[in-house]
Amino acid sequence: MRIGAIVTRIMQQMIRDKRTLALLFFAPLLVLSLMYFVFNSNEPDMTLVVSNGPTSIIEKLEWADFHVIEKNDFSIDSLKDDKYDGWLAFHPTQLKLILLNDDPSTAKALKMKLSQVLQPEQSAMMKLTTDYVYGDENTAIFDIFSPMLTGFFVFFFVFLITGIALLKERTSGTLERLLATPIKRSEIVAGYIIGYGLFALLQTTIIVLFGVYVLDIVHVGSIWLVLLINIVVALVSLSLGALLSSFAASEFQMMQFIPLVIIPQIFFSGIFPLDNMVEWLQNIGRIMPLYYAADALNGVMYKGYSFSEILADLAVLACFALVFITLNIISLKKYRSL
Amino acid sequence: MGINAISLNSIEKRFHQKQVIAPLSLEIPKGQLIGLLGPSGCGKTTLIKMIMGMIKPDNGHIQVLNYTVPHKQLLTDIGYMAQSDALYLDLTGEENLHFFAKLYRLPKKERAERVNYAASLVHLTDDLTSKVLNYSGGMKRRLSLAIALIQNPKLLILDEPTVGIDPVLKKEIWQELIRLKNEEHKTILVTTHAMDEAERCDQLAMLRNGHIIAHGTPDDLKAHYQAKDFDEVFLKAGGEAL
Repeated sequence: MRIGAIVTRIMQQMIRDKRTLALLFFAPLLVLSLMYFVFNSNEPDMTLVVSNGPTSIIEKLEWADFHVIEKNDFSIDSLKDDKYDGWLAFHPTQLKLILLNDDPSTAKALKMKLSQVLQPEQSAMMKLTTDYVYGDENTAIFDIFSPMLTGFFVFFFVFLITGIALLKERTSGTLERLLATPIKRSEIVAGYIIGYGLFALLQTTIIVLFGVYVLDIVHVGSIWLVLLINIVVALVSLSLGALLSSFAASEFQMMQFIPLVIIPQIFFSGIFPLDNMVEWLQNIGRIMPLYYAADALNGVMYKGYSFSEILADLAVLACFALVFITLNIISLKKYRSL
Repeated sequence: MGINAISLNSIEKRFHQKQVIAPLSLEIPKGQLIGLLGPSGCGKTTLIKMIMGMIKPDNGHIQVLNYTVPHKQLLTDIGYMAQSDALYLDLTGEENLHFFAKLYRLPKKERAERVNYAASLVHLTDDLTSKVLNYSGGMKRRLSLAIALIQNPKLLILDEPTVGIDPVLKKEIWQELIRLKNEEHKTILVTTHAMDEAERCDQLAMLRNGHIIAHGTPDDLKAHYQAKDFDEVFLKAGGEAL
């Protein structure tokens, strides 16, 4: 009942704080959309040369917004000269896709879209092989880090809002007043986790659905797994924000944790390839929650991993949350010796 | 176990090498209104927090209402009003009261009764539905007092309860404190540096630099220091200790 009292109170407070609610729900969507348009500004116009294609497939391609040019005698050299994005050649036994790949994100998008169009036929017909004129299939980076963006926004906004909310409770003396009642320290932490967790859950759901269905971020795996990962991320961020707020004396000091805690995690979450880093640097990445979150999100959204394949990442994230929650309970001793 | 609501046995506290509470002992009998008197920074709030169990003394032993401090169950029996108003500004007065009532696990029916009782006591019944954000300083003080009374505690610990309250309400609050003591047999510990309030206490303990420099009934103290009023007692007592 005491936990329930805290949860109810947090809900009442949050619902009245319209600006914080707006920050929680709309700011991530705004930033996410902006990044989407910045990175995908050249995507819509995709030109595909098709050789010997059956009419049914050509119609399907055009229906999927490809700019289709039918040319039966075509070569890689002419592809280079004309700077078309790709060439799809139907041979009797195989289907060959050659991507120009001068812009990795276009090539990636084209391939993704094409495989969606061909999917129903592909298995029944023949194997699709892909070649690249420039570079190879590993050149694109945005697709790799767009899944982690959802995780990052969940982490960032939940961190900020819980950190500052709990800080307000510390500085206004209400936390101390709370501890002058027979409440258990663990009950306070549980109340906070559940109260703000409900808002984080709602926020996470909105961000993921918006990213996947409105912005069309690549997702091969299950959307439920994406949600699950992000909820665990929110839990980690919630407990970390609450914990760090005990080391801040003001909102301004809370903000100073952003370059210290948030920014470094971005470096280790897949924007810069970890494999090329020196070993000690890679090891630093392993102590950061977002490293595991990005790994799991990438796995599910980009590579189509199943639950068992991301279980290790989820377990590590859950451990982070557990450690932070325990430290929170301990840190409240500062206000009451019992 | 006996007649004392609070007994402090040679307790001592330092913060960063600075002696805040010198080894001091104090017995507070049940059913009395005790004033803890002293200038700002003399250690009143630290002493109160040690009685509540929120700060651990470095040395010594504290016994409150037959519990050895710190004790979680004890906190149910203490109504505490902090020096600064610890209220949720974006909630209404009523929501604040209900929130704290729930923390003391009052059953629903009793909760509603206690909320009404505590609110009427401090004349806030008409303002219960507005947000605390819109309250005046005095109203916030009154709401804090109502929260301290919400669970009907045996012991009230009030840290400067009448700061920022106008004289009329201050008088009413003191009348109510005295009624609570007389009719409901509550023990009340009040800190203050207002000398007119000291006069109304059954017993006074004067604190200065972590020492109790004088202890007794108001008349005892005045007689002992041959003073007309408490300002004089305070100055004389303080002079001796220094």
